[in-house]
Amino acid sequence: MDLAFSDDDLAFREDVRTFVAENLPEDIAESARRGRPISKPDIQRWQRILYDQGWAAPAWPAEYGGTGWDATKRYIFDEVMAEFDTPETIPFGLLMVGPLIYTFGNDAQKARFLPTILTGEEWWCQGYSEPGAGSDLASLQTKAVRDGDNYVVNGTKTWNSSAHIADWVFCLVRTSNEGKQQEGISFLLIDMTTPGIDPKPIISIDGAHHLNMTYYTDVKVPVENRIGEENKGWTYAKFLLGHERISISEVGLSKQRLRRLKTIAAEERSHGESLIEDPTFAGKIAAAEVRLISHEYLNLRLLAEEAAGRPIGAEASLLKIRGTEIRQELTELTIEALGYYTAPFEMEQLSDRWNEPAIGPDYAAAQMPQFLFSRAATIYGGSNEVQRNIIAKMVLGL
Amino acid sequence: MDFSLSEEQQMLKDSVQRFVRDEYELEARRKLVASDIGYSEANWAKMAELGWLALSLPEEYGGIGGNAVDTMVLMEEFGRGLVVEPYMTSIIIGGGFLMAGGSAAQKTVLLPKLAAGELKLAFAYAERQSRFDLNDVECKAEKSGDGYTITGHKGVVFHAATADKIIVSARTSGGSRDEDGITLFLVDNNCSGLTRRDYPTVDGLRASEVEMDGVTVGADAVLGSVGGGAALMEEVVGLAIAAICAEAVGCMDVLQETTNEYLKTRVQFGVPLSKFQVLQHRMVDMFMECEQARSMCYMVNLKVGDEDPVERAKSVSAAKVQIGNSGRFVGQQSVQLHGGMGMTDELHVGHYFKRLTMIDTMFGNKDHHLKRYADL
Amino acid sequence: MDLEFRDDDLAFQAEVRAFIGANLPLDLQEKVSRGLHLEKDDYVFWQQKLNGQGWFAPHWPEDLGGVKWTPTQHFLFQNEQVEANCPPIMPFGVRMVAPVIFTYGSMEQKQRFLPSILDSTAWWCQGYSEPGAGSDLASLQTKAVRDGDHYVVNGAKTWTTLAQHADWIFCLVRTSSEGKPQEGISFLLIDMTSPGIEVTPIITIDGAHEVNSVFFTDVRVPVENRIGEENKGWTYAKFLLLFERSNSLTGSLKQQLHRLRAVAGQERLGAQSLMADPSFAAKLADYEVQLRTYEFLELRTLGNSQPGAEASYLKIIGTDLQQLASELTLQAVAYYGNPYIRDALVLGYNQPAVGPDYAAPSAPQYFNYRKTAIYAGSNEIQRNILSKAVLGM
Repeated sequence: MDLAFSDDDLAFREDVRTFVAENLPEDIAESARRGRPISKPDIQRWQRILYDQGWAAPAWPAEYGGTGWDATKRYIFDEVMAEFDTPETIPFGLLMVGPLIYTFGNDAQKARFLPTILTGEEWWCQGYSEPGAGSDLASLQTKAVRDGDNYVVNGTKTWNSSAHIADWVFCLVRTSNEGKQQEGISFLLIDMTTPGIDPKPIISIDGAHHLNMTYYTDVKVPVENRIGEENKGWTYAKFLLGHERISISEVGLSKQRLRRLKTIAAEERSHGESLIEDPTFAGKIAAAEVRLISHEYLNLRLLAEEAAGRPIGAEASLLKIRGTEIRQELTELTIEALGYYTAPFEMEQLSDRWNEPAIGPDYAAAQMPQFLFSRAATIYGGSNEVQRNIIAKMVLGL
Repeated sequence: MDFSLSEEQQMLKDSVQRFVRDEYELEARRKLVASDIGYSEANWAKMAELGWLALSLPEEYGGIGGNAVDTMVLMEEFGRGLVVEPYMTSIIIGGGFLMAGGSAAQKTVLLPKLAAGELKLAFAYAERQSRFDLNDVECKAEKSGDGYTITGHKGVVFHAATADKIIVSARTSGGSRDEDGITLFLVDNNCSGLTRRDYPTVDGLRASEVEMDGVTVGADAVLGSVGGGAALMEEVVGLAIAAICAEAVGCMDVLQETTNEYLKTRVQFGVPLSKFQVLQHRMVDMFMECEQARSMCYMVNLKVGDEDPVERAKSVSAAKVQIGNSGRFVGQQSVQLHGGMGMTDELHVGHYFKRLTMIDTMFGNKDHHLKRYADL
Repeated sequence: MDLEFRDDDLAFQAEVRAFIGANLPLDLQEKVSRGLHLEKDDYVFWQQKLNGQGWFAPHWPEDLGGVKWTPTQHFLFQNEQVEANCPPIMPFGVRMVAPVIFTYGSMEQKQRFLPSILDSTAWWCQGYSEPGAGSDLASLQTKAVRDGDHYVVNGAKTWTTLAQHADWIFCLVRTSSEGKPQEGISFLLIDMTSPGIEVTPIITIDGAHEVNSVFFTDVRVPVENRIGEENKGWTYAKFLLLFERSNSLTGSLKQQLHRLRAVAGQERLGAQSLMADPSFAAKLADYEVQLRTYEFLELRTLGNSQPGAEASYLKIIGTDLQQLASELTLQAVAYYGNPYIRDALVLGYNQPAVGPDYAAPSAPQYFNYRKTAIYAGSNEIQRNILSKAVLGM
């Protein structure tokens, strides 16, 4: 048992630090620091910088354009990224459909889709949930009927993050009603510009447009865009959910948020002193920090398992549960620290075109929307209740 | 980065597991707890024979030279067995003090005996007013001739009755909560001026109130530097906390496994309790607490030797907070999910619960360490 | 809506205080306030004192020995007693079996059993749970088979509180295996001196002997000791459970809080008292806020003549608070929660206390109070009741 980084790892950390310090555009870092939403072009700009360095996909195997790093190096990389407030990775391409394509896709699919995911040119979204299929995802009803070389897709998908700015969607569709629900599902990659696709905004409680309801009316999808076999989509989706749960542990991001919380608590005043000096509030921050450290070490243990060739199973659900709980706790403490200045609600303040003076402290505007949207974290990616079901069944045998 | 056990550690684990299986059936433990001294000298001798008493002690003094992770492996299994022998006080704390602060003479004389099982040590630090502050010391040691005269009261001194020597923190200078001016002394248990009141503790161990009224010791009884006891205590108590975290993890795992099994076998309303989702989720929460506690236990045992004192202290306090929180949840819920059976002295669940509750108190509870963490 | 106590309520409160002041011996008060062990005689003494004043069974019908009090008076009466450290009332007779007897019992049963409950010459215990029937009480298997004018009872009951002192036990027994499990249960009153009854202690994790197993081997019970109809016992048991759950806890919670404050005021943290430590003070304040919430929740439900499902949330919240206060007290005494000297819990223990004299009961009480979320229908069962009966799920 050993925590120490090798000399090689330490040198690597310095390399990453130097690279990020020299290459992260200041305007992007500034937006991230303030918690402003980062625009699609900005994210693409940063992804391109990483791509040119060969670091576009730390977790992918080298043969597909990944780095081939071991768990330790990936951990170091994430740490440094969080240290420098780089933009959050948008998960749908790099963390989700990418690994799915190189694991289950054919050569043509790999060649067609992986390069533009790496460069960030093509933007993906996820088409899983439906109005009638939430936690019970396998009950999904969006139909894909075979018609020659195409599937004809009809139905409705919901909670699609970024669908309004996405180029592609990966979709679970029903191709059969025989047997168990899970056995009639296929996995399709669909071009968002295909006629018949219509994403409509869902405004969430933070007032922003992240989410969409997407309608599919007689959408023609070439059969060659199906991943793997027909009616085996559930297998691929489960694989992907595992990946999602790991990426969702969000240790680096939570560290970033914790840092921001401490900065804010140091600025805010309470009873004539800085809020961070208040023993009760300091205790709350410390408690959250302890939980984050436990979570981090659990994450490291699982990564080490994976590195030792033992793939992570349902234990990944632990990371999802705790990671999202910690995220919510940190955003909640942040708005608690802000006091009254959580109240002003002018969405325009979050735009990088806003050039009026800030209402209250300049870090205030972004916090309430983040708190509000973070409520989604325990719901998406399989709600935390569903994750507990998974652990109860798969790990504890209940 | 690597979280796996070495081959030697795995062998150690297996061997402690065998010991616990053979010697620590609940009934056997009950007998030990009720016996005169509260543990088994035969077990102690066996621990010496198997090299466990020497595990963390340096090789040049008859030890094996193991690190914190080795001790962690052993303590986790001790936790699974609710082992009552005075390993923590004698070896981890007593041995820890000798290694960190002992003079060459003290090490040469005492460490080999400790490793051989011929010497037991206890650590008297808490006082009525001190709560968890190691530096809140009113017990006084005054210079007299070449040596010192010690006067004061020490509370809840674990395993004092069976210790040959007691390590006592006493003030040689400064005000009652000053960091400077605390000196540690090795005091013979049977020396004149020292009286003890021995009693059992709720978790099946033994402790004593120790009263010292003009106990005289020579200059050679000083452990570490005069007035510099605070840093020494901080270091050794850090080791003790790392070890007790492992013990707690062992306790929690037993409770988690037992409760899981109970839910699968206990039938109510015509089905096993494990079919009720509300109980499944509670069980998952217990499992998560166990995993978080284990993660922090690894963390602290890998970092307790860190050279940076702030990093070391933060690791120790963070781990103690997590262990306290997890132990509380797992202990309370194990009793709850066992229903009335969880309340009985007959079942082992309550004994683990009591031990976990008291582990939170040891060396400062979660409140204390949370505050310490926030202040660091 | 009005929060004020009326003048006559205040006068009543003063009367209760004066009565307690004149009748509660100091040593008994000390036992209660320090959380020491109470003997059977202690309970009986105080119950008889109350009975002498006509206040032992205030919730009974007036013609049977009850008092016509308003809900507010009941509330004040209970809380005054607890705040003054009176011994608690043993509920099994006066609060549990008695309402069943005067609601469903025959005239003979009323005449036979109520007087000795009233003057505390008969001690009752409850025979409900069985080793295989805990939360699922209706699955109980203790059998009562009719044999002429008797039932012959065979089986085992468990978690029977203070059965070692009991003269009588009220029991749920199976008289039929037909239909739903609830439909074959009868409610029997059994003389504990009947041949074939054996009581064996169960020691709990705090080291105390409070509960027992009670074994029945061919125990003959006269049919006249059955309450109401055969196979209708579940109805009576449900009625009784409502009473059990609707005990007011506000007073005892306040008492726990007083004790906790006293301890925290004496414990030291650095140069100040633990009470002055901002973190601990914040915990205490948080506890007090929860207690006030509970008190007003209880007051709001006072007006309801029949306790309903709200008894379930009062039970959940009240027992959570009992456990929390005992946990905070244990935390407050720090290392002195460790020593465990059984005799130190008995008044008159003549050794000096180990550490402060308030420390000894803190750990046993914390461990003992884990039972509160389990007994009288575990808090999980209470939530099931609420989700079904109140939320319609």
